[in-house]
Amino acid sequence: MSIKYTKDHEWVTVEDDIATVGVSVYAQEQLGDVVFVEVPEVGRTLDKGDELAVVESVKAASEVYAPIGGEVLEVNNDLEDNPSQVNEDAQGSGWFAKVKISDASELDDLMDEAAYKEYTEGLA
Amino acid sequence: MNESSQTKRTALYDLHLELGGKIVPFAGYDMPVQYPDGIMKEHLHTRENAGLFDVSHMGQVVISGANPATSIEKLVPGDIQSLKAGEMRYSFLTNEAGGILDDLIITQRGNDLFVVVNAGCKDQDIALFKEKLAGEAEVIVLDDRALVAIQGPKAASVLARYNPDVATMPFMTYRELEIAGVPCFVTRSGYTGEDGYEISIPNDQAVSLCKQLLAGSEVAPIGLGARDSLRLEAGLCLYGYDLNENTTPVSAGLLWAISKRRREEGGFPGEKVILEEIANKPKMKRVGILPEGRAPAREHTEIADMDGNIVGEVTSGGFAPTLQAPVAMGYVPLELSKPDTPLQLMVRGKARAAKVVKMPFVEQRYYRG
Repeated sequence: MSIKYTKDHEWVTVEDDIATVGVSVYAQEQLGDVVFVEVPEVGRTLDKGDELAVVESVKAASEVYAPIGGEVLEVNNDLEDNPSQVNEDAQGSGWFAKVKISDASELDDLMDEAAYKEYTEGLA
Repeated sequence: MNESSQTKRTALYDLHLELGGKIVPFAGYDMPVQYPDGIMKEHLHTRENAGLFDVSHMGQVVISGANPATSIEKLVPGDIQSLKAGEMRYSFLTNEAGGILDDLIITQRGNDLFVVVNAGCKDQDIALFKEKLAGEAEVIVLDDRALVAIQGPKAASVLARYNPDVATMPFMTYRELEIAGVPCFVTRSGYTGEDGYEISIPNDQAVSLCKQLLAGSEVAPIGLGARDSLRLEAGLCLYGYDLNENTTPVSAGLLWAISKRRREEGGFPGEKVILEEIANKPKMKRVGILPEGRAPAREHTEIADMDGNIVGEVTSGGFAPTLQAPVAMGYVPLELSKPDTPLQLMVRGKARAAKVVKMPFVEQRYYRG
């Protein structure tokens, strides 16, 4: 399945019932140089909209929200030593967590690539 | 908010836009927080080359009168009378409780004092000067001048291209010089821990002079974001964060700015509290804090002792680009203020290990002549 986005600039891709979550290229541009990412604990169950992670830039801390609810199965521990992956490859190696989806219908109100592109262009 | 809810712009506003500055409201002004390079690169560029900062939002004030140095000593505990013409000093306005109303730089120019105050405090400071110095000194606000800082190891060689006389000015001195033909007030000072200058320029010539300075390949424009991370690494206080009406100069570790004569003579607001704290030590002390790991601890992060008791608060904290590690400063009880004292920082509910360290975090490199 293809990538989907939230209005808060999280992205999610789905394989079977597992969602991989991160922040968008647009988001990392707004954040600036990422110096630390606090990822969630494996095993935690999140509702859609719960705080999933915190991204710290030189200047400020920003919250990242769960684009979909479910149990955290795996987190990207590489971000601990290399938080700049969020800047360099936000929608690839800069992923935050993999979540076991509890309710796939929560994906329905997320934006697809084209809708998100239009949305971010409107924010400029 | 009253009639000033409209944000103001400095003379360099259009230049910031032209340079791609990301504009944010700060102390009533629309100011660039960063340029396209971003805070990290801007910070490192200043440490390695030279950075140009617009600090025109700060207040520039001239105080003249029969003896303005004596007059202003009624408001600050610093030794202003001993300044010779062309010398300047860091000081602070205090209140009757010994708290700090603002920190400022006072320059003795021979015939008058040139005073630079914080943007967020300037209206209140100017009102205080006018009220307390009425009848003995005149207070003139220099709204017609921009203020820029050029900071970094290459600042001196860049500026010397436009006037070689700047090269030999020692740290914390003042001269009136032409820079590329523009009449400027030049001080060898700054807020980054690096060698550098602050330059007061007539508004209508500020853009053209800044463009000339930026033409040097060593010089990049630097926003308020890197200004903050640079001053934090240098261990310098930010008013409203590390200093406020409830922090005394003694607890803030600014005793060096209160001379022996002023301690003996007193005669400044809050002298009773401040002199008592000098004699008996303050309860709390501002310290440098080095968190373990990479998580920054921002302002208002609670500080706990090793038993988990909340004992203080971070007042400035962030990521230090030069060190590639988080750093912070904050207030802790005097008995926990010695270097290497272990502490815990409560970051988002999690206790993270940290320790007290000496400041500055990054060595200051001022030019002493």
